[in-house]
Amino acid sequence: MSDLIHKSASELADLIASKSVSSQEVTSAFFDRSVELNPKTNSYLYLNRDTAIAAAKAADAALANGEKLSPLHGVPIAVKDNLTTTDAPTTSGSKILEGWVPQYDATVVARLRKAGLPILGKTNMDEFAMGSSTEYSAYGPSKNPWDLTRIPGGSGGGSSSAVSGHLAPIAIGSDTGGSIRFPAAVTGSVGAKPTYGAVSRYGLIALASSLDQIGPVSNTVLDSALLQDVISGHDKHDSTSLPQSLGSMADAVRSADVKGLRVGVVKQLDSDAFQPGVKACFDDTIAKLVAAGAEVVTVDCPSFEYAIAAYYLILPAEASSNLAKFDSVRFGLRVTPDGNPTIERVMAATREAGFGPEVKRRIILGTYALSSGYYDAYYGSAQKVRTLIQQDLAKAFSQVDVLLTPTAPTTAFKIGEKVNNPLAMYLNDIATIPANLAGIPGMSVPNGLAFEDGLPSGVQILAPAMQDAQMYRVGSIIEQMYLAEWGAPLIAQAPKLEVL
Amino acid sequence: MAKEALMPYEQAIEQFEVVIGLEVHVELNTKSKMFCGCANIFGNEPNTNVCPICIGLPGSLPAVNKKAVESSIAIGLALGCQIAPTGRFSRKNYFYPDLAKNFQTSQYDEPIAFEGKINIELEDGVVFEVLIERAHMEEDAGKLTHIGGATGRIQGAEYSLVDYNRAGVPLVEIVTKPVYGAGARAPELAAAYVHAIREIVKSMNVSDARMERGNVRCDANVSLRPHGQAKLGTRTETKNVNSLRSVENAVRYEIQRQAHILANGGTITQETRHWHEDRGYTSAGRPKSDADDYRYFPEPDLVPVQPSLAWIEEIRATLPENPGLRRKRLMEAWGFAELEFRDVVNSDLLDQVEATVAAGAAPQAARKWWTGELARLANSQEVAVQDLSITPAQVAKIQQLIDSGELTDRMARDVVAGVLAGEGDPEAVIEKRGLKVVSDDGALIAAIDEALAKQPDVLEKIREGKVQAAGAVIGAVMQAMRGQVDAARVRELILERAK
Amino acid sequence: MSEITPDLVRHLASLSRILVTDEEVATLAGELNVIVDSIAIVTQAVKGDVLATSHPIPMANVFREDVVEPSLTQESALSAAPDSAEGRFRVAAILDEE
Repeated sequence: MSDLIHKSASELADLIASKSVSSQEVTSAFFDRSVELNPKTNSYLYLNRDTAIAAAKAADAALANGEKLSPLHGVPIAVKDNLTTTDAPTTSGSKILEGWVPQYDATVVARLRKAGLPILGKTNMDEFAMGSSTEYSAYGPSKNPWDLTRIPGGSGGGSSSAVSGHLAPIAIGSDTGGSIRFPAAVTGSVGAKPTYGAVSRYGLIALASSLDQIGPVSNTVLDSALLQDVISGHDKHDSTSLPQSLGSMADAVRSADVKGLRVGVVKQLDSDAFQPGVKACFDDTIAKLVAAGAEVVTVDCPSFEYAIAAYYLILPAEASSNLAKFDSVRFGLRVTPDGNPTIERVMAATREAGFGPEVKRRIILGTYALSSGYYDAYYGSAQKVRTLIQQDLAKAFSQVDVLLTPTAPTTAFKIGEKVNNPLAMYLNDIATIPANLAGIPGMSVPNGLAFEDGLPSGVQILAPAMQDAQMYRVGSIIEQMYLAEWGAPLIAQAPKLEVL
Repeated sequence: MAKEALMPYEQAIEQFEVVIGLEVHVELNTKSKMFCGCANIFGNEPNTNVCPICIGLPGSLPAVNKKAVESSIAIGLALGCQIAPTGRFSRKNYFYPDLAKNFQTSQYDEPIAFEGKINIELEDGVVFEVLIERAHMEEDAGKLTHIGGATGRIQGAEYSLVDYNRAGVPLVEIVTKPVYGAGARAPELAAAYVHAIREIVKSMNVSDARMERGNVRCDANVSLRPHGQAKLGTRTETKNVNSLRSVENAVRYEIQRQAHILANGGTITQETRHWHEDRGYTSAGRPKSDADDYRYFPEPDLVPVQPSLAWIEEIRATLPENPGLRRKRLMEAWGFAELEFRDVVNSDLLDQVEATVAAGAAPQAARKWWTGELARLANSQEVAVQDLSITPAQVAKIQQLIDSGELTDRMARDVVAGVLAGEGDPEAVIEKRGLKVVSDDGALIAAIDEALAKQPDVLEKIREGKVQAAGAVIGAVMQAMRGQVDAARVRELILERAK
Repeated sequence: MSEITPDLVRHLASLSRILVTDEEVATLAGELNVIVDSIAIVTQAVKGDVLATSHPIPMANVFREDVVEPSLTQESALSAAPDSAEGRFRVAAILDEE
């Protein structure tokens, strides 16, 4: 079964459930490939064969007892390194947490274990998820399997490069401003940010609490749907987690039908700011939907103009407070300056040495935004912009079922191209940020290769809050249209990682 | 650091108007902490009541304790406050090693209760109205121990140790509006106010209210201004005033200290000051500065608290009687002398006496038991009288047996000893110890005759009319009867037999 | 050009407990000015009365019952600490005040 690694998670789950192959065999196959190819992609910060195989054996044993724990029973998975795991170090891509083995499992991790999914390892990310390329990881950038000189997106570039490079069939990501969707777009894979609160954040090392959301990363829409079904649901440990179930995303995918679909194109996100090849792919997706019978209208969301500005005030403000706990007292790095330093100096020296430049930049920016005298003008206004964006979206969704935008303004850029220009880096999230500010679900689905560079492009689907099923329905429709054209998922067109 | 120059108190009051403001922190006695399920217990081994949430491990999230919210609403109602229809938590950001997250989850611009008032009665019956600005919910910090250096103080310490058992214990902070017009009585009023808050939260059973354990802590703001000046003077905030005596002394000290500075043309620095209980002075802490920019913002990990009217009324219905009003009512009902009543109050025995009276004892008898014999026993056993293992109902039962003549005072004390020794209810102790007033005088008369026979000179004296001589025989008879007779009856019979 | 002076950067770094060199202060001041200039448009976004959204999905009254749940052991609580003694987290002396 050498081709196991190219199968989707749902195919693997079926093979395991029918006992055509064991979880142990599948897990070993992905593990061996990861050990071999991770030096090329730097997708994983940590891999542990013993725990992965032990979990796979346990999954096989359960199945032998007639216990199928979930629709993804036995399928191995990669987990972003900002989720706490009791059996693996959790660094959030930062030196300040190097070697920390958490005393508790994140709720999502506990749910994966309970659902019988062996964890292969922890994936690389921009430090504390601040970034869109993984270049801000303290442990070096991950590489894009389509072109190892390019970024795999960020902050969840470890998960996207692992999945698109077949180092894992599926992965967990987190999305604060596009950290699941942007990497999915530039690696030709699928990624979804559920409605805020659909998935518990307990055990997710917080970046910006009111924006963060955990979600699935995969190569097919069905795989993301299956994974979201496994990890979502109310959690008493997260007071912001939704009390109600949003239904089965897998069912929505399986019963997807274009009939009666109304699609909105956001005027403010249909401009020349996008790379021509990306824009061409997007236009092609819209044309295909029209041809299939969907109604397409242009909607006006004037407040989107302020989204990035609001985001880069709210995020640093919340992050500056969330990251205060990294103080060298209870866990993590401690740097003791020479002499007989006080705790204040130890803390300051530790945070100087342990945080990278982007993290420091954002902490100081956030401290500024919250300072007395500036709060109302900056943080206060930014929170009001969120209201305006929600109002724009409410109006738009009164006319259409979903909104479509290109996920990213460009295809994968070269490693090093934007790393010294924070502002340029921030613009990568222009299309993804509104969903986080408004709390609505959004996903990226591959929609072709840009004509200039032959690199993947993605289309973003935004649905009203709680209507994640609608988002998956449209994701599946688009996926099926392209499958009919290409005969295989876009990812099949990626070069062979082994020979790169 | 030592005492600064002070102006004599009377002179200070003559020259300046005193304005005080009090912030009282009340630790709630919920079973679990404010935002996590760790036990809220005092005195356990360090860092054994901690979890990822209260030691601020990355990824952990808070969840609000419903009982703590109820207790906070109850405190607000007891202080005559309005309850906010919507309130939320905020983060107060500052770095300190006892603060696990380096922010305190507190309430800032939307406290749960606001705009209340409370009448404070001083010892001589003068009443002051104190206006309450707000009462809000927050979490306590951990405990630091400073090691090395001479005094165990922060200055000169080599290092510090942190125990987070207390981190996350629910607190309600009650803040007064500025209190004007107390004049010379401001220190007394401050202490009486803290005492009243303590009494209220204790009567509601929302806090253990033990000041020596830090369950109730006070920060006292003091400022002075020349009489007639409209603008408030610069205030200082004295922290670490954790007994009623300290509150009074610290406020008095600050008045005298500030008065001296102002009278000599100086200015008061706005700062926090520390009260040194042992030597009775305050010392300067950190001046208020930019470093106090706490960067409050709404806690994004928690959702708003919006108590319904129905919930508020449900809580209001559980409020006990106001302790001050209750005292007035009981004093009238019991008819105690003022000194007697104060003795009961000061010994914290109102509950016990009230319950004993409710169980059928006369008020004076109930009072005597609790402030007399029982207090003495508790003292000799080194326990609080409230913690003795005897119930008010048992005390009332014993008193009833005395009243009906079935027990003598001495036998009753034996019964009490038996109850305390765990021998059961008074009836069981009486049974077990064979304590019964001997009602058949036969044995008693025999004992008297025997005693009189042994002391013919006494008999002689009685017959001569020196009846006080009977005392010498009473003791012998009581001893012979093992105390199970009434001394008055013995005396009566002696005189009778001597005829 | 906005108002991020080197002194302000120093103050913000101190509030954030991050040690910064003079060189870093200069760099940060430059970068932050560019960023703040570009995000200052939020101050013009809102006209009239608009409520602030601090939570994207409106919810209220989410409570936990007052029930004691298992704590970490002392050993586990201290397991990740850089330094500990006598069952407690050990830190350098605090030169501040009581």
